[in-house]
This record gives sequence, C-alpha cells and structure tokens, in this order.
Amino acid sequence: MIQELCYPFDADFILTNRRRLLKTLRAQEGGVPVRIAVLGGSTTSDIVKTLELFLRNRGIAPEFWESEYAQYWTDAMFENPSLEAFHPDLIFIHTSSRNIKEFPGVRDSREVCEHKLEQVYQHFEQMWERLASVYGCPVIQNNFEMPLTRLMGNREAGLPQGRIDFLTRLNCRFYDYAASHPRFYIHDINYLSACYGLDQWLDPTYWNLYKYALAVPAIPEFAYNLSNIICSLMGKNKKVLALDLDNTLWGGVIGDDGQAGIEIGQETSVGQSYAELQSYLKAHKDIGVLLTVISKNDYENAIAGLEHPGGVLRPDDFTLIKANWEPKSQNLLEAAETLNLLPESFVFVDDNPAERGIISAQLPDTPTVPFDTVEECLIRLDRSGYFEVTELSADDARRVEMYKANAERQAAAAKFASYHDFLLSMNMEAVIRDFDPVSLPRITQLTNKSNQFNVTTKRYTESEMEAVSRDPKYVRLYGSLKDQFGDNGIVSVVIGRQEDAALHIELWLMSCRVLKRDMELAMLDRLVEEAQNRGIREIYGYYYPTAKNSMVKELFGTFGFSRIEEDEKGNTIWKLDCSEYTPKNQVISIKKESIV
Amino acid sequence: MSNEQIMERLTAVFRHVFDDDDIVLTANTSSKDIDDWDSLEHINLIGAVERTFGMRFQTKEVSGMKNVGEMAKIIAERATK
Repeated sequence: MIQELCYPFDADFILTNRRRLLKTLRAQEGGVPVRIAVLGGSTTSDIVKTLELFLRNRGIAPEFWESEYAQYWTDAMFENPSLEAFHPDLIFIHTSSRNIKEFPGVRDSREVCEHKLEQVYQHFEQMWERLASVYGCPVIQNNFEMPLTRLMGNREAGLPQGRIDFLTRLNCRFYDYAASHPRFYIHDINYLSACYGLDQWLDPTYWNLYKYALAVPAIPEFAYNLSNIICSLMGKNKKVLALDLDNTLWGGVIGDDGQAGIEIGQETSVGQSYAELQSYLKAHKDIGVLLTVISKNDYENAIAGLEHPGGVLRPDDFTLIKANWEPKSQNLLEAAETLNLLPESFVFVDDNPAERGIISAQLPDTPTVPFDTVEECLIRLDRSGYFEVTELSADDARRVEMYKANAERQAAAAKFASYHDFLLSMNMEAVIRDFDPVSLPRITQLTNKSNQFNVTTKRYTESEMEAVSRDPKYVRLYGSLKDQFGDNGIVSVVIGRQEDAALHIELWLMSCRVLKRDMELAMLDRLVEEAQNRGIREIYGYYYPTAKNSMVKELFGTFGFSRIEEDEKGNTIWKLDCSEYTPKNQVISIKKESIV
Repeated sequence: MSNEQIMERLTAVFRHVFDDDDIVLTANTSSKDIDDWDSLEHINLIGAVERTFGMRFQTKEVSGMKNVGEMAKIIAERATK
C-alpha cells in the first residue's frame, strides 16, 4: 500500500506525481481484475487515471472503457459494439448538473415544472433500464450537486421553479430507483461537493477551459469516494476496528487517573466528544464491523475504563480485547490469527503517532487513522470509507454474531474429550453442488477475496465465472456449511478442468471462517465422486505460493495426492489416482441438493 | 525571483508531471518537444505549475501560451511563492 494514497491524502501531491505512482502500482502483480466502463457527461480523463491509483492501492486492477466527450447517453442508449465487446463488470455514469438540458423557468407553471422534472428523470431511467438489460452489471450513478448561483435566493428551495428544489427532487427520484433496484448505486457528489466546498468544487474555470464538471483539484476526493464504492463491491472492505483506549476512546490515562479521573460522558465537553465518538463506533456493529481493543494497559484497568458509567461502549461490545504491554503490531497479528482474518482487514485507530508509525512499518497493509483531536478522529474515520456499505446484506448484519459464535465454538471445543467428538457434536450440515445463477455473485466475491486458503489464487471477473459455469468441460462445486451455532453460508469453491481422463484443479479455496472443520474433506469426497462419474482416472492439483497462502502448501499432500513436480519458485504439482480413493469426511452430513 | 530560479523550479515540476528526469527546459521548449505533453496532460501541468508558484493563469493564457518562455514570463509577474 502506498501511504500517500491512504486517507487523508495530499491531493496536490497525487495530481503532480500521478504518473510515477501509477507506474509503481502497475508494476505490482496480483490485483483483482475489473472492467469499468465510464460513461461521461463531461471530461473524464483525469478522473479515470486518479481512480486507477486508488483502486490499485487497494488491490484492484482496473481496465477502463471511456466514452468520447459527453457521449454518455448515446453510448448507453444505442447499439455499441465497442462497449459490448468490452464486457464491462461495472458501469459508472459521470453526469452532473451541467448535463441537465432544461431547468424550469421562473415563469413556468407548476405543471410545466413537473413535466420537466419527469422528462429529465426519464432520460436517466431509460438509460439505466437499457444498461441493465444489455450489460447486466452493476451501475454507479452520480447524483446532482447543487448549483453555484441562486437567482431567487433562498426561494430556489421550496418553489418548483427553483433549481435547488428541482435538483433535490430529482435526486430523491434517483434514490427511489436505487432503493428498488439491486446493483444500482448512487455516487453522492451532492454530499461530497458540500464537504469540499461548493464554491471551490464548481470553480467555473475548469468547466470553461477543459469541460470538467468539477474543479481539477477536487478530482482526488471525487475519485477516492468513488473507489470506496468499487472496493466495497469487490469485497475489499475492512472488517475490524482495532481501537486504542487512553486518549482515543476517552480523555486521560486510566492507569494514572483511575476510573473516576478519565473523561467520558455528558459531564464535561471533552467527555461529550468522546461519548459521541463511542456512539459512532458502537454503531459500526450494525453494519457488520467487529470492534476490538489493542491497548497498552493492564487488563483490569482497560475493563474498568470500559465500564465507566458515562461510557457508551461496554466490554461485551468487543469481539476481542487485547490489553497488555506487548508491541501493538504483535497484538494485532495475534488478534488477526484468533479471528482467522488477515491484518489488512483491520483499521488501526490510535492517538499516538508513534504507535501508528510502528503499525504502518510492521504491517504496511493495515491502514491507520491519523488524528490530533477526538473530533478529527471521528471525521477522518468516517471519510476514509473503509467500511463503505453497498449492500446491507443479512450476511453483514450477522457477521458480528458469527464471529461471536466462533469464539463460543472455541470455548465449546475445550469441553470435549477429542476434537473429533467436538466436531461431531456440532451437527454440521453441508450443501455441496454445482454452481447455480443465484449463488454465482457470492462465489465470485469469495473467489476474489480469499487469499489464505487458496491454492492457485486465480481471480475471475463475474463474466468469466459465468462462462465457467456454462462450460461442460469444468467440474464446479461450491459448498455451504451450517452448524448448531449458525449458518456460515457459502464457504468453499472448487473448479476443475477435464481433459480426457484427467481433471486439473484450477481453483480450490475456502473461507478461513471454517478452518479445521473438515469441510475441505467433504469437498474432496464430492469432487472425486463427480470425477468418477465422468470417467476421470487422475486428478491433478496445483499449488502456487503467494505471500499469503502458505497454509495450503501441503493441502494436496494431506489429501493423499503425491507430489510429482516442483520448480525453483516452489510451484508444485500433485496427482491422485481416483481408483484408490476412499471417502474421508466423517463429521459433516451432506445434503446434495438444497431445497429451493 | 530570477528567471533562472523560475526555470529551475519549472523544470522540477515538468519532471514530476511527466515522470521523466531527463527533461531540460529552455525558453523555446513547447509541447512539440515533450512526447507526453498533450491537451489532457496540459491540464495537469497547468495545475501543478499554479500550485508550485501560488498563482493562477487566466483562461485565455492557458491555451494561448506558445512556449515555456511565455509561461515563465507570466509566472514572474504573478508568483506568490
């Protein structure tokens, strides 16, 4: 991760050094590919280049298709061989108030105003409908920023002839469409331009000179905000907040000042600021973010601080509390291991610049939130967009519970005589079957975000995955797993390519949520069964090492494959003779077909 | 600020924007002399020059400047840093 591209960034630095930054990032391999079509109502060149920077910095390797100047509507509405051949995974429509052809006039009747609103809205809705039917991919649409001038002053709001009124109602129509259409997302430039400062955002020089709908210096803010939506859609959201305590969650040092001495709650203005931050952090649980503590404190003191009567956060709001005197980087690594997550899924929040520096140096992919005051902490964390919500899925809402359930499972495991007994007691039930259209988005998402339990780390765009799902030469399996503590959803994906009597495994991955549950054995049993049905005699496994997947280095060995090749990079090839295979799973009961 | 100082700082800006440390500017350098200096990159270049010298070019100047010498002359009149 390039620190200069993390929030908060220096927009001028990014604009001036964009070429060099882009060159550095493009030289890095392993990004998740995504094909983005940008349909512009104004110039998009610098927007696209800056967007690429932020996406690559989060592990996404975009390829772009751009409209000719201001051709967004024509490109969307008519046959477009070039765009069709591009097969976009995502379409971004970059329009602004500049693209509204006809605003109401002050002398227009109410009916005429309504008619004009409907006309502008239909211009967009027709386009979204056509894009959905032709390209079938997610669409991101700018809403409208407010105008620079107000002919009637404040009355521009509250009269249908007013532009503020018109744009606000138009935006509401956009939101209604977004609420009723999955895979349609609003890029909220109305909010963003207000934060940035509308006068600066709409500096007319940039429109007059270059036909940019926003000031060029604002492009990094714009592109970053847009990149957050795309990162979220690509499964790149962060998952955990790692929070310091003293002077982060409350004012003062609990070890020195004692529970009565720290500032939190409604008694003082400083205490109120911290209480506001705590409320904001607590609300993150509702969007599926795990809260953890990483603090240099005695454990008892940490708990005493969190039990302060004026506090909003309570000890049981946290999935995990690390309060000790070990280095924070080590604590964060241990926390990641306990939760079966990567350190890069964490966001580190600490008032001490030295601690942030250590995390950035030791765990360069873990972002930190820099701040000097509690008020700044709240805003910076909010604007960083690390937890951008694109879908409020049941899965997200359940995530906090699922991780809690995992902790319960770990506690339960201790009570059994053997691990095998424990697994049996969990009443695990799996569905393992061929890909189906309903599951395809989740299969692709899981495939593109699994790093650890993943033998080839092969990435697929949605359309590539769809092609695989239709091609008869592939054996495809996905598995979902339920147990008495909860439903884990789809957790494993295997893809093999048949060549005569041989099957070559192109993909084998599993969510780390279900490590050590023998789910991989259940998948293997099913794969061999399917192979035998097809008359396949040998299965070949491939392991390609990355910085993150060493846990599956010997996976095929543990399955009973024999190693037949290894090159100097550590790439290995493995072989299994199907006729010698005996089923291995003894703890999970298999439902071959789910009841639809 | 002397013309030499302006040219020296301008050279640094050009090298950053075009990511090319071999760029050497003279008063006669124009977009014909630098491969990547097209109309799109011109926008970015103008922005970087404006930020470096704390000044703004007028609309007609942005498209009217013929070479680096003219650019330096405007900077000399208007630079605040």
